[in-house]
Order: sequence, then structure tokens, then C-alpha cells
Amino acid sequence: MTPNLHNAASQPSFAGEHRSTTRASAARWKTGAGPAVLPLPHAASETPKVSLQGISLSYKTNGSRLLAIDNIDLKVRAGEFLCIVGPSGCGKSTLLHLIAGLHKPTSGHVLIDDKVVEGTGTDRILIFQELGLFPWLTVGQNVEFGMKMKGLSTAEREEKTRYYLRLVHLSQFKDSYTHQLSGGMRQRVALARALATEPDVLLMDEPFAALDAQTRDLLHDELERIWAETGRTIIFVTHNVREAVRLGDRVVLFTFRPGRIKREFQVDLPRPRQLEEVDVARAAREILDPLREEINKSLEVEYGVRS
Amino acid sequence: MKRAARQVIFYAILITLWVLLAKLKIWPPYIFPTPWGVLEALTGGFKDRSFWIAIAVSMKRMLLGYGISVALGMVLGLGVASNKFLEETMGGLLVSLQSLPSICWLPLAVLWFGLTEKAILFVVVMGSLLSVTIAMEDGRKQMPKIYGMAGRNLGARRFKLFWHVLLPASLPYIVTGLKQGWAFAWRSLISGEMIFVSLGLGQLLMMGRDLSDMSQVIAVMILIIAIGYIVDGLVFKTVERRLQNKWGLTPAT
Repeated sequence: MTPNLHNAASQPSFAGEHRSTTRASAARWKTGAGPAVLPLPHAASETPKVSLQGISLSYKTNGSRLLAIDNIDLKVRAGEFLCIVGPSGCGKSTLLHLIAGLHKPTSGHVLIDDKVVEGTGTDRILIFQELGLFPWLTVGQNVEFGMKMKGLSTAEREEKTRYYLRLVHLSQFKDSYTHQLSGGMRQRVALARALATEPDVLLMDEPFAALDAQTRDLLHDELERIWAETGRTIIFVTHNVREAVRLGDRVVLFTFRPGRIKREFQVDLPRPRQLEEVDVARAAREILDPLREEINKSLEVEYGVRS
Repeated sequence: MKRAARQVIFYAILITLWVLLAKLKIWPPYIFPTPWGVLEALTGGFKDRSFWIAIAVSMKRMLLGYGISVALGMVLGLGVASNKFLEETMGGLLVSLQSLPSICWLPLAVLWFGLTEKAILFVVVMGSLLSVTIAMEDGRKQMPKIYGMAGRNLGARRFKLFWHVLLPASLPYIVTGLKQGWAFAWRSLISGEMIFVSLGLGQLLMMGRDLSDMSQVIAVMILIIAIGYIVDGLVFKTVERRLQNKWGLTPAT
């Protein structure tokens, strides 16, 4: 168990101390019987696991420069489950790619444990929206892949593959090919593959968007359990506010193009949470209103609709 | 089953026609060979081992030349696909060079290498290199980008990325090109061997002509078709099917 689970009051929160608070206000919800507003703790003594410093990204399209991400400052505590929500086109997926080191930001730095990182590294593993499982490899070989690249011995690889496949309940499917699995199972293979490289930070890009509701609920439970068991730091991108509240310690709301942090929300509801809980719904409600503003902005741009 | 029956009937009619025409003896056998003459040439050729030797020599040249083509073509194709400058310059050249029949390289090859194995190898390589290169380039471009990103994300770099991710990821896209490359190499080899005397199936074909032995000519032609068919229809088709099954490109189970 990670110490931050069920233990909201003692959590240090970055919401009150980092630079983006000028435009992001921290909102909190009380749980059924808990205190209404939790005091914002003082500056944390521990260094943040992930720290984004002034990340911006712009690119050229048809001669004009498009600013996709604008000056993002964000700190993520070790072991924190951070959710990023925003309308499509807010650059939230792109931000994950930048953290993963797959692209270079136009300006700014990504820091892991206060050290600037460049390029990809197995300390940060991204689970792609499309998963990107390798169809020419079996489930076991997929899970093993990162460890093989790291140069782990065969025995070690086998042992860890077994462990992580058991963690996602896919032990019997070790020798199957990924196209033989259902969507939810493939999702779990991707999770196992990412976890098996033993990254400090897990980046998840709308991983459950394409799944049916039942499978998604199950995977929420599993992800929460695995997060608690492994103590990983998770940055989870979604467009589903309820999902964000269901899973996150903190929810960061992005503005529509260019992507900026609009607001931050601390979610201090006890775990495990359920998607249909009243508290979850109420918290989601509060994020939904500012999100609507951004969605309307995106509609104006993309469809020429005036609201 | 029905299809097989139709094929049997078709070939039976074809051979019967041939037998009839041969029996009528309208043309002398050195112009129109008899089926039994061809059969005799075939068995004779295998018995005196001249066919075996020719097949061995030709296949050795094929494997060597084709192997060089594949290795070189992969590097070239990958380079052209991943470098904009190369694509803009070399890309066009490669396509235009492909319109040149590979046997046109023979005079150049003979001047460079003399009447040696190297010359024939050069023709084979030039015959298939371009199609392998273009296939690799196309495959690399068609391959979904996600695999490369996923590979890098999981810590694969440079050669490891190429070997463990980019190459297997593009395989289904390049296998057709590899097959085409083999067919081109096979054609180039036979024409090369026909013009430039040395051991091999092409030379056996020319020997038949020199001796006015039409039966041998037809027998060797059958041999060339059979080998081409076996490699194409059995080896490449099997590889293709296996790949597709493994990748789930065809409905499994």
C-alpha cells in the first residue's frame, strides 16, 4: 500500500505552492462526513517525481505557427495519481508524448527527480491510446520486450513476465497473440508491458476510451489495485471527468488550444471509489462546468458554432 | 475439389493435343518435340546429373545474389524512407532505374568483372535490388508509426529498434516486394546464364539450342517454371500466410 492511499489529509499538495496557482484555484470536496475544506499543507519537503517547467510546444502548419501547449508548470508527487482532463485538441496527449520524450518541447524542461531528462527513458513509460502492442510477438514476449531492451537476463525476464502477467490476470494467455485477445485484455497486456519495465512514472493516454462500460469499470478497479501495490506515479489523460475523479488524487483541467492549466482540483474522496457514487458525481459536476467552457471554445473553432 | 478436377481435365486435354500433334508428324522432332522425348530428356538429365548440377549452380547464384539484394535493399530502402533528402534524390532514380531490364547490366558487368561469377552475380543483384529497395521503402512508410514510438518508449534504440521493431513491423508490407524481388532475380539469372556461357540452367537451355535438341530445351524450360513455381507458390506463399496468421491479418481459427 502506498502511504497516500485513504490518507488524504496528510498528503502534501502542490496545488497551493507552484506557479500555476495564479490561474488555477484549488477546489476540494468533502466526503460524506469528513472536513469540508482541507488545509493546504506547507511546501513539501520531498522533491517532486515529475516536474514540468515552462513546457511549450508550437509547430508550423501551412506557414503559420500554431501554439499547442503554452507554458505548462506542473509538479507531480511520487506515488501520486494525477489525471489530466480537457477538450480534444487541448494538447493533453501531446504533453504525455513530451514527458515520455518522444517529441521535444519547443521550450521548457521535463524533470524527473529534479533532473532534466531528454529523449525516451524507461523511467517513464507511456501507454498509448492505440496501445501499440507488437502483433508479431506473443503476450509474454510483449511484456518481456522492455526488459529485453534493458538487457535483463532470460531468467529474470521470465520471472518478471510471470509476475506482471499474474498481476493483470493474464497468466493463461502468455503464448497468445494480441489479436486473439479482447479489447480489455489487450489493455491489460499494455499495462503489464509498461509495468514490467518498472518505470517510476506511468503515463496513460486515454487508455480506457475505447472500452465498453463494464470492462472499463473492471479495469478501473484493477488499475487502482495495481497502483496501490506497485506505488507508481501515474499521469492519466482522459476526456472523461468522472473517470478522472474516480481514479485521481488530483485532477488538472486544461484549456482548449493552446493547452494551459485552467484549474486544479484535489480529490480527497476515500478509496476505493465507484464511478456511480454521489460524491464522485458531485465532484465531477464541479469540474464539468469549467470544462464545458473549454468544450464550447473548441466547438467554436472546429465547427464555427457560436454558443 | 471441383477446381482440381477442372485443372486435371485441362492439362489432360493439353497433353492429348500435344500427343496427337506429335503423332501426326507434321514437323520434324527438332522443331516440334514429342512428349515422350521431353520426358526422356527430363529423366536423362536427372540421371546423368547434368540437371542436378545446373540446378545447384543456378540456385547457389540465386541465393547469393538475392541475399546480397535483400541485405543491401533493406539498408537502402530504410535510408530512403527515413531521410527526406535521400527520398527526394535517390527515390526518383530508383524508380527510373527499375524500368531498365536487368540484362542490360550484363555488358557493363562483363566489362567490369570479365566473364566471371561476379558478372552474373552483379546482374542478379541489379535485377532484384531495386524492387527490394522500393518494397522496403514502401513498407517502412506504410508501417504504422505507433510501433516505432512504442519501441522507443520501451527503451529500444538504433540497431535494436531496427532489428526488434522496425524490421518485424514492416515485414507484412515488404514480403510482397521480397517475392517480387525473387522473381526478378530469377529472370535476370536465367537470361544472364543464357548469354554468358557457364554452368547453370540458362546455359543448359542454350546448349539444347546449339545441339538442336528441342526436347532438352523444353525439359529445361519446364524445370525453370517448376523451380519458380515451387519457390513462389510454396516458400513465399507459406511465409506470407504464416505472417498474416501470426499478425491476425486474416481471420484466425
